[in-house]
Amino acid sequence: MAPPREPVFLERQTYRRRRLMDAARVLPVLGAVLFMVPMLWFAGLDARSGPAETAPMDGGAAVTAGAPERPGTANGGLYVFGVWTLLILAAAAMARPLSRSEGPVERPGGPR
Amino acid sequence: MTLSFNLLVAACLVYVALLFAVAFLAERRAEAGRLGVLRSPLVYTLSLSIYCTAWTFYGAVGYAARSGLEFVTIYLGPTLVIVGWWAFLRKLVRIGRTQRITSIADLISSRYGKSSLLGMLVTLLAVVGTTPYIALQLQSVTLSFSVFTGAAQGAEGAGSLGATALWVAAGLTLFTIVFGTRNLDVNERHHGVVTAIALEAVVKLVALLAVGIFVVWGVAGGPVGIHAMIEASPIADWQMEQGRWVTLTALAGAAFVCLPRMFQVTVVENSDEKHLATASWAFPLYLFLMSLFVVPIAVVGLAVLPEGANPDLFVLTVPLAFRQEGLAMLAFLGGFSSATSMVIVAAIALSTMVSNHIVMPIWLSARRGEATLSGDVRDVVLLSRRLSIAAVLGLGYLYFRMSGGGEALAAIGLIAFVGLAQVLPALIGGLYWRGATRMGAAAGLTLGFAVWVYSLLLPSFGPGAALPVSVLTEGPFGIGWLRAQALFGIAGLDPVVHAALWSLGLNALAFVGASLLSFPGPLERLQGAEFVNVFRHSAGARGWSPTAVEAEDLLMMTQRILGAAEAQALFQAAARGQGKEGYLPDVTSDFLERLERELAGSVGAATAHAMLGQITGGGAVSVEELMRVADETAQMMEYSNQLEAKSEELGRTARQLREANDKLTQLSIQKDAFLSQISHELRTPMTSIRAFSEILRDDPGMAAADRARYSGIIHDETRRLTRLLDDLLDLSVLENGQVTLHESLVSLSEVLDRAVAAAQSREGRLRIERRAEGERVMLLTDPDRLAQVFINLISNSEKYCTADQPVLRISVSRGAEGVSVDFTDNGAGIPPASQSVIFEKFSRLGDTRAAGGAGLGLAICREITARLGGRIAYLPGQGGAAFRVSLPLRLARAAE
Repeated sequence: MAPPREPVFLERQTYRRRRLMDAARVLPVLGAVLFMVPMLWFAGLDARSGPAETAPMDGGAAVTAGAPERPGTANGGLYVFGVWTLLILAAAAMARPLSRSEGPVERPGGPR
Repeated sequence: MTLSFNLLVAACLVYVALLFAVAFLAERRAEAGRLGVLRSPLVYTLSLSIYCTAWTFYGAVGYAARSGLEFVTIYLGPTLVIVGWWAFLRKLVRIGRTQRITSIADLISSRYGKSSLLGMLVTLLAVVGTTPYIALQLQSVTLSFSVFTGAAQGAEGAGSLGATALWVAAGLTLFTIVFGTRNLDVNERHHGVVTAIALEAVVKLVALLAVGIFVVWGVAGGPVGIHAMIEASPIADWQMEQGRWVTLTALAGAAFVCLPRMFQVTVVENSDEKHLATASWAFPLYLFLMSLFVVPIAVVGLAVLPEGANPDLFVLTVPLAFRQEGLAMLAFLGGFSSATSMVIVAAIALSTMVSNHIVMPIWLSARRGEATLSGDVRDVVLLSRRLSIAAVLGLGYLYFRMSGGGEALAAIGLIAFVGLAQVLPALIGGLYWRGATRMGAAAGLTLGFAVWVYSLLLPSFGPGAALPVSVLTEGPFGIGWLRAQALFGIAGLDPVVHAALWSLGLNALAFVGASLLSFPGPLERLQGAEFVNVFRHSAGARGWSPTAVEAEDLLMMTQRILGAAEAQALFQAAARGQGKEGYLPDVTSDFLERLERELAGSVGAATAHAMLGQITGGGAVSVEELMRVADETAQMMEYSNQLEAKSEELGRTARQLREANDKLTQLSIQKDAFLSQISHELRTPMTSIRAFSEILRDDPGMAAADRARYSGIIHDETRRLTRLLDDLLDLSVLENGQVTLHESLVSLSEVLDRAVAAAQSREGRLRIERRAEGERVMLLTDPDRLAQVFINLISNSEKYCTADQPVLRISVSRGAEGVSVDFTDNGAGIPPASQSVIFEKFSRLGDTRAAGGAGLGLAICREITARLGGRIAYLPGQGGAAFRVSLPLRLARAAE
């Protein structure tokens, strides 16, 4: 059986759509990585001991020099919800073209 | 607390009545075919919100009050899963739709060769994992009641709380039975339930947002104020446990797929794949909004409420503390709707699984053989579903009463997540790895289930409750490395992380290992290919070979499952598709396949397969069948290539046949013409011979001159007859190859001389042009026969040339292959249509009565030249009739 014939160069539109599908697959990975970033803030600390003494109680902005710079619940929350917002916006931007492309355009490897 | 218990009960009743009404109206609309908004992506997205149960509605705030931001992982996991819908959920939903999957147990069972064992295993897992969860919902409802009734009522109040839980459970059972098992739909979609769930989703979101907005703007004085409050609160410092952060995110993501109720709304109730695209951003937005105000509520609750207040109830107690009774009532209804929606869907999902994977297989094997042909299967299924719903809710209630609604119950959410995540390896493997086998799935599920029960579920009841304390501290029988919460000697991990790591790790290991070592059956391999390559061929593989099944038997069985009207409609449609009238289609493999899928939509893949198997007589797929399916694509390609070649060949043959046919038709016409001709030819001389011989016989006194004349006529006519017969004989001799040639070395001019002399002896009207120098060719041939050919051609020209002054030019040319003698006259020639037949026997053109020939001349010429090793052909385009006689020169050279 001959190998499936794939054109080397795709039409611009088809090419864009394929890359969009790639982006849709990458998005959750990106989201996971970004959501795991806060773990790096705690990388040098023993999580169990709970380094309450290092966190400034009077607002995260005025961090004393020498102490590990680490956001508290308020700013950490802002980071998490910020990433979340970006994910929602990205998913919303991709949703329509993706669901449109599903109809007539076949996936690679599909029957032509 | 001014809200009376009775007012609360009234509010609940009104709310429940509203749910009934909405569900009822939605069912009515769906039945009327006016789905409209019921099928919108919005309703789909909102129905996904049953992920947010009372555990998250109340519990998230409590969680945040205890451990800060960690609660958010419960929402991050599902966000990641649905944002990545293109890679995973889309495939899952497509498979669910093409395979008519009814539950997660059905999916696993169907993927691994429609195995009843796996279906039972997953069902068992789901029941064990979900029952405490249902108890948790009941607990949350009763707890929220207790907030309003207050502790003032004391022990008496506790009793009435138990009664509350019972009434809630009973009401939910009723709702679920009424709207969850109304019909045994082939699509297993519950429009009424889904619409009610969507409404509940709105209620709980609005409730939580209202409390949140009140807290931020009404209490803290805006975002900046709440930011400052958080910074100043006991949970200001983010105490992250990295292990839990990762594990909980992953577990929540897994739970979003594996929880039976989530699978039900995501896959089974999905009516359009495109809804996933909308949900991919709308559902994360919903989760985002649900969790946005969790930390503010927790912080405000910690600040305002007295020490020791239950943080799980902050959503209710904070508004109450500020005398916002209306808001508190809204929050109460939000919590109530979270609990009820979860319980309803979970009960439907579990009852489907229990009836399809536990009750039906047992019932089928109990009534082996006759099950499919007697008794109303439909009623059995519906009854078993209703009983299952009651049993599931009853179990939940029992669990609630037994556990006493303690703290142990609050932890059950995560414990259930870990338990149901055990399905994940078999699920992912089944979707992406064709090598995953039933043995692997069974091994992984069993091991993971066991480890989960041992290391997480049993210890969760408290030390000494389900497991002896010694097992926790020293291990069973004193084996240290088997301590329940420190397996293999790894101690110090968080219990949930520990159990998730070991159970999922060992599960995946056993799954992959057993899959690699075992060999799947044909049906498994078929289903594996179907699932993994669902986007490549959604058409479906053939699982049945047509057997001697009566369509009537199948109809009887289908009626008992789907109901008479639906089954008849199905069969009629199939029959019409085959171009038949009536209700009984031919039992083809396609039809069996389709029927099985329709049945699977109602009773699950394994049961449908088993029932069809009972009727069709066991083994559906042979290895040969499987090979055939696997080779189908290759065969198709080869076949199409062959077809292409064949069609070309056919085209060629058709052209040849057309030519041959034309020739035959013409020949047949000629033969008919010849027969009438020859009878005429024979009759004319016969008549005159008879007439003149009678005259001679009857008139003895005839003059001598007359007698001589009559005798002469008779003689001439006889000669004409003889000539005709000679020609016929000659031809037949030539054709049979019985002729003997008398070859000698002669000069071509000599033969031509003889022929011209013989042919021209009659009238001499034809002028013959010859060129003597070209004719000096010596040939080894039969001179008499060759002369016969030439004579024929010359006399033909003489007879048929239409010119006023006929001229025949005879030219001889020598080529590489031999000598060509051309006879060209200046007549009208032979029309192209006739050129192909003039050498056939009996061939005569037009009205040639005068010529007196029988149409054998050229046929004889052709035979003779063929015997002499040459050929004769008509030479078109010479301005008249032209014949070329080609003779081989090799003979001539050899002779020279």
